[in-house]
Amino acid sequence: MAWYIVRRFLQLIPVFLGATLLVYFLVFSLPGDATAAICGERGCTPAVIAGLREQYNLDQPFWIQYLLYLKGVVTFDLGTNFSGRPIATIIAEVFPTTAKLAIMALVIEAVFGIAFGLIAGLRKGKLFDSSVLVLSLIVIAVPIFVLGFLMQFLIGVKLQWTNPTVSGDATFTELLLPAVVLGLVSFAYVLRLTRTSIIENVNADYVRTATAKGLSRKRVVVVHVLRNSLIPVVTFLGADLGALMGGAIVTEGIFNVNGVGNTLYRAVLNGDGPMVVSIVTFLILIFCLANLLVDLLYAWLDPRIRYA
Amino acid sequence: MPEPTSPSASSRPTVATAPASTTAPAVARTKTSPYPIEHFVADPDETPVRATDSVVSDVAPRSLWGEAWRSLRKQPLFLISSILILGVIFVALFPGIFTHEPPNENCLLANSDGGPTAGHPLGFTVQGCDILSRVVHGTRSSLTVGLFATLGVVLIGGLIGALAGFFGGWVDAILARVGDIFFALPLILGAIVVVQLPVFQQNRNVWTLVVILVAFGWPQIARITRAAVIEVRNADFVTAARSLGVSPLGALVKHVIPNALAPVIVIATISLGTFIVAESTLSFLGIGLPPDVMSWGNDIFSAKPSLRSNPMAIFWPGLALSITVLSFIMLGDALRDALDPKARKR
Amino acid sequence: MGNHQGGRRAARTAAGAPTPSGGPQPLLELRNLAITFATSNGDVPAVRNAHLTVMPGETVAIVGESGSGKSTTALAAIGLLPANGRVSDGSIIFDGEDITHASEKRIVELRGSSIGMVPQDPMSNLNPVWKIGFQVRETLRANGLPSGPSDVAKVLSEAGLPDAGSRANQYPHEFSGGMRQRALIAIGLSCRPRLLIADEPTSALDVTVQRQILDHLDTMTEELGTAVLLITHDLGLAAERAHKVIVMYKGQVVEAGPALELLTNPRHPYTQKLVASAPSIASRRIESAKKAGIETGDLLAPTASKKAALDRVIEVEDLTKVFKIRGSWGKSTDFTAVDRVSFSIARGTTTAVVGESGSGKSTVAKMVLGLEGATSGSIRFDGVDITTLGRKEMFDFRRRVQPIFQDPYGSLDPMYNIYRTIEEPLRVHGVGTAKSREKKVRQLLDQVALPSAMMQRFPNELSGGQRQRVAIARALALDPEVVICDEAVSALDVLVQAQILNLLADLQSELGLSYLFITHDLAVVRQIADSVAVMKKGRLVEQGTTDEVFDNPQTAYTQALLAAIPGAGLVLPPEVA
Repeated sequence: MAWYIVRRFLQLIPVFLGATLLVYFLVFSLPGDATAAICGERGCTPAVIAGLREQYNLDQPFWIQYLLYLKGVVTFDLGTNFSGRPIATIIAEVFPTTAKLAIMALVIEAVFGIAFGLIAGLRKGKLFDSSVLVLSLIVIAVPIFVLGFLMQFLIGVKLQWTNPTVSGDATFTELLLPAVVLGLVSFAYVLRLTRTSIIENVNADYVRTATAKGLSRKRVVVVHVLRNSLIPVVTFLGADLGALMGGAIVTEGIFNVNGVGNTLYRAVLNGDGPMVVSIVTFLILIFCLANLLVDLLYAWLDPRIRYA
Repeated sequence: MPEPTSPSASSRPTVATAPASTTAPAVARTKTSPYPIEHFVADPDETPVRATDSVVSDVAPRSLWGEAWRSLRKQPLFLISSILILGVIFVALFPGIFTHEPPNENCLLANSDGGPTAGHPLGFTVQGCDILSRVVHGTRSSLTVGLFATLGVVLIGGLIGALAGFFGGWVDAILARVGDIFFALPLILGAIVVVQLPVFQQNRNVWTLVVILVAFGWPQIARITRAAVIEVRNADFVTAARSLGVSPLGALVKHVIPNALAPVIVIATISLGTFIVAESTLSFLGIGLPPDVMSWGNDIFSAKPSLRSNPMAIFWPGLALSITVLSFIMLGDALRDALDPKARKR
Repeated sequence: MGNHQGGRRAARTAAGAPTPSGGPQPLLELRNLAITFATSNGDVPAVRNAHLTVMPGETVAIVGESGSGKSTTALAAIGLLPANGRVSDGSIIFDGEDITHASEKRIVELRGSSIGMVPQDPMSNLNPVWKIGFQVRETLRANGLPSGPSDVAKVLSEAGLPDAGSRANQYPHEFSGGMRQRALIAIGLSCRPRLLIADEPTSALDVTVQRQILDHLDTMTEELGTAVLLITHDLGLAAERAHKVIVMYKGQVVEAGPALELLTNPRHPYTQKLVASAPSIASRRIESAKKAGIETGDLLAPTASKKAALDRVIEVEDLTKVFKIRGSWGKSTDFTAVDRVSFSIARGTTTAVVGESGSGKSTVAKMVLGLEGATSGSIRFDGVDITTLGRKEMFDFRRRVQPIFQDPYGSLDPMYNIYRTIEEPLRVHGVGTAKSREKKVRQLLDQVALPSAMMQRFPNELSGGQRQRVAIARALALDPEVVICDEAVSALDVLVQAQILNLLADLQSELGLSYLFITHDLAVVRQIADSVAVMKKGRLVEQGTTDEVFDNPQTAYTQALLAAIPGAGLVLPPEVA
């Protein structure tokens, strides 16, 4: 068990280094002046540009740049963005909102996805199953921004059940609609995964044996079918936590949520390289941690892994 | 209920009641029952014994693909989705048949956000362009991006996955790590980072977008291919081919890849939908296709500010986009059902 | 709790307690039972007109090939038909109560406490995520029995699981196959059912383990007075273990009667065929005949006349294979799969390598085929060591040694039709023209008794036996000298197995082939092999001619293996042959 966790953790380090290196390389080493955006149309004097290049280590060889940057990541000193604000402060400001949004989305997709998937799987081929399947396909197919606008317009503008946009406070009720939109696609995936998994396990030999032992139908379903079916679902949910953070770019844009995604989007539009790299690094870190969490959950859920 | 005839009359022609304990004295260790056991024999004519393993040859030979095709033809999901896809392709090839209104040239600001009028059934955009025409002409770019990005990931991801799966060892280890690194950057996130770079902002077009999507989209196909190849690699028929003298590469090409193709085809079909969504998402964010290229994502982007006054300018391109993506995803689902190895006759 | 004692009492008294009709009341009676499966091609009858009675305390075996409806019939008795199956006619009477269409509630009451089950595959029948103890405890609790840790341990130790108290805290994957099956037997008998349905309870286990488990099951059910409905494909096993044997064929009961009566006096043509071909019976018959001093020549599959000249086509010497196994914390340990094994194959004869799972026999086969490198030792083919061959020589060597594998479903490429499958070796080695190759394929199909109309078919359209014939045809395409059969008949039904064995023997005498026959099944060895090498944990423990090894086994292990052949306890009158 200990060896398993250590191994998984060690495997994440090269992934994190590789991904950040990739992003850093793309942003700062591809042709084009990384400082162009800061100076805008008017252009800067060569002296100002030289100053900027020094500030962001752009005058150093690439490897030194990257190592200096990594040192910053490890010491939580991410430098300043092009407007001169400390990047770490900005992330600390907006992260709680996005975290709240992502966790709400995760809870919504998990609860509804597993419940619907369980019922559909147990009633394979029946009306409920087929309609839920078609619905899930539609949810997967309709792009999140189309869905977002549709719900914003219907629920926020037409029915006025909630504010169409989220205020700076980002209260629970305000975030509910964006969280539903953010979690909807994953909800469809959770539903389908649960359903497939349930169908597979319902026909498993050990389920038949459990029935033959004289257990009630309810106990067979909960203790044997559902418990085993949750293994792949929980794995998916863990990995999805990282994906939801990234997916927040679009959702936060639509509902004007002041979160990580929106901040990244603004940085992208402003060509603020250091800010983009820092936020993406942060998201990669979250992704890696989420994956580690999945490995732990996996080991906890499946004893075959635990003792491997 | 069938005929209620007495079972003993029809199927117990020979009954010899003999207590088991009286048989052959040479017997040891067979069990004897305290109850009398009759020796029952069914009428041999009722269940004639066929020649062992006789060959039944009254149906036409059927390959696996043939069987998949037969089951596909009966699936409503497949029929609906393929009709829709053919329709979308037709619109992309011949937009002129569906609208005579030019998408860009005839835009009058007087018509800005106008409702449907004669000859303009879907109304106007904020620039006063005909929505129907814009939607019809936007089909081609979406489809092009989806198609070529899918081709790209299947070639690159498929090749990498097949090599990693078949050869295993250090090749697999390295390719798996590289895949992991790209996996840590979700498609949209990676694309956003790259798309905003000056070098791409200066060369924004369909092809640079395809390159970006392929660059961040290949790991998924590589993983699927790798898993499928590993499953087939250890099959006895591959070992049999190797012991016939077929080279490793020959076995990969002749036996492993054809048998590992099914899941790749399924994922590729679904990916086509995903890439269309990715393109429109980037365009929607204003960093995908340039504004002069007609695309559904661009139209939704430009209709965004007037959501409250003219929601239909978002609705129609959104609907076209959703239907197109839905049909590819439905097709993928139908293919999965038909090609699912578990459902295959054993 | 009432069930607990009630079951025992009933079992004990049933024999002497006459029912109103005069005779004792059967515990389970199937009358005129028909079972239908709903498929996409309409309703398919799986079982028709099936009759069966199990008296209290009696062991009844249902024997049949796969698809004969034997499991379906038994599972219907506890309402465990698959979702698309239903009882379409007839009735199921348990202890005088008609339970054909009993409510779900009533069936749940009966399961476990009145009718228990021991399933077929110990690997897949325990839930991998729950501890063994948990899975026993929930059975006891569901049937209203005390379920404390000591009760769980008691149930497990009764089933012969050593150190049951701590074993209960382990997960299924920490158990060996035999131990899992003991746990499943413990679960099946934990609530003292009056009837136990045992569905091929040991077919997935090694023969020696199989014997121990069956013996234990026998003792336990005898002590508890439990009636057993035993489902098996092995007539020898059925005859040895059951009071009464029921033979099913194509969904119907074709013959039923006392075990020995059926063996000595089979009346239905199917039973007659089965008695004639079951390897366990056949090998018994050979033994009996020898004891009676009868010449065994015509009992054995026809083999080439044993040449006096010992022309050894393959000589294996000190063959060793060591695998590196990655352990935790990056350590790797050596695992010796094959340990200094030496044997040889005389040209035109069959040498069998016998062993249980993990004995290294398949690794030997892979090395002789040149698919796996040897760690040390030599394999000489016609005097040339193949472990040192270059690429080109290896390619030529492949023409002369060909394999046939166990799984008839896995050994043919599903994308290749039969013609392409058999033609592939010819094409790879550039033999002949397209036309001559087609002629050769036709001739090969003819040799394995398949119609040449088969050429355009695909493997998924063929039965297991037919696929195995195609695999044989492919192996013979290059006119090899040696064929390596790795469990080549193990996955086949008894009659098909006998047919393929005969085919292999015919081909041997016709073409002068030498076989290396890898198998776990000693009964088959008795029928086909000229000499035997017994392997255990990578080592060769005994070898000699088949007669020597069977008549006078030198090591305890071989003796145990021989004793474990199902039906070994049967003594058949020689004239049965």
